[in-house]
Amino acid sequence: MADFILLMISAILVNNILLARFLGNCPFVGVSRSMDTATGMGLAVIFVLTLAGMITWLVHTYLLIPLNIEYLRTIAFILVIATLVQFVEMVVQKTAPALYEALGIYLPLITTNCAVLGVAIINIEDGYDLITSIFFSFASAAGFALALVLMAGIRERFALVNIPKSFEGTAIGLVTAGLIALAFSGFAGLV
Amino acid sequence: MSLRYEFTKGLWETIPPFRLVLGLCPVLAVTTSGINGIGMGLATTFVLVFSNIFVSLLRKFIPSQVRIASFIVIIASFVVIVELVMQAYFFALFKVLGIFIPLIVVNCIILGRAEAFASKNGPVMSLADGLGIGLGFTISLFVLGSIREFLGAGTLLGVNVLWSSYEPFSFMLKPPGAFIALGILLALINLISQFQKARGGSN
Repeated sequence: MADFILLMISAILVNNILLARFLGNCPFVGVSRSMDTATGMGLAVIFVLTLAGMITWLVHTYLLIPLNIEYLRTIAFILVIATLVQFVEMVVQKTAPALYEALGIYLPLITTNCAVLGVAIINIEDGYDLITSIFFSFASAAGFALALVLMAGIRERFALVNIPKSFEGTAIGLVTAGLIALAFSGFAGLV
Repeated sequence: MSLRYEFTKGLWETIPPFRLVLGLCPVLAVTTSGINGIGMGLATTFVLVFSNIFVSLLRKFIPSQVRIASFIVIIASFVVIVELVMQAYFFALFKVLGIFIPLIVVNCIILGRAEAFASKNGPVMSLADGLGIGLGFTISLFVLGSIREFLGAGTLLGVNVLWSSYEPFSFMLKPPGAFIALGILLALINLISQFQKARGGSN
């Protein structure tokens, strides 16, 4: 159990998927302008990434390895993720309309969020077993949500301050991300 | 809409990732040196050019309901080719770029060009568009990589160019340095375009 806790702390704080591994930066810059969208995106990613981590692991172990077609991993995983996102969207729409209201518009964007495919590949390359993969996927997604919400909290304040014209928009967002990453690098000795 | 325009627009007017703010992950992750930037840029260019050509050739046959899925399959096929070729012939670079080679598949620039350009234009135009955007991306990665390498290690393309007592500013090679370097470069490009616009307005 202690191993799992360390793994989760490491994935959320020390090797944060956004700030240290650079996965999923497009939504990080794109949908971090307000707290509501950031929370919605964060929750949608936690949900899909945990499922995707589990399913891609199963596909790799029980489909690709027995058939000896591991070189098709990239194609197989992206198809699994795209199908899964579509499926989740349909199920959520049918069973939980309120949740769909909140997450609906973020779900299609997740297919091209490289955090999802990235974590699926890390699970395989680092040789995690099924349970570890699920924990790692969940923790990575939680780290993503944490960084996204922090970023949105800071960016909401930008409305109140004078930013040099050339830094407006994405440029100041990236510098802010750099400062958050700097703060997170203080966690480096934790694990 | 000339062929020359489609090619050159990617080099400055819509140069990714500065004007077209997409595909940031590889930009931040692999630009610890100029060489890595070029390697990543060329791999992406290869996939972009071929996916553009094929999407354009197949645009009349792909039903619009399943077009995104079809584009992803086309892109993923070329990514697998790049993965296998790099593993066979450029193993050192393949190791350095690591996970970001398979992740070319979810680089939004490629899907973005397939959707916005190649699915509406002929194969020759799409080739020019893909080549222009791809080379623009390569140049951006090379410039950012060189700046970080120069400040962070005191070298350019692996050659020592600064005096021996130079203390490397290793912050630039770490993740926070990547964000800040890209942010400042983006602001600089915004500044140049503002200047250009102001001068164009006064003429």
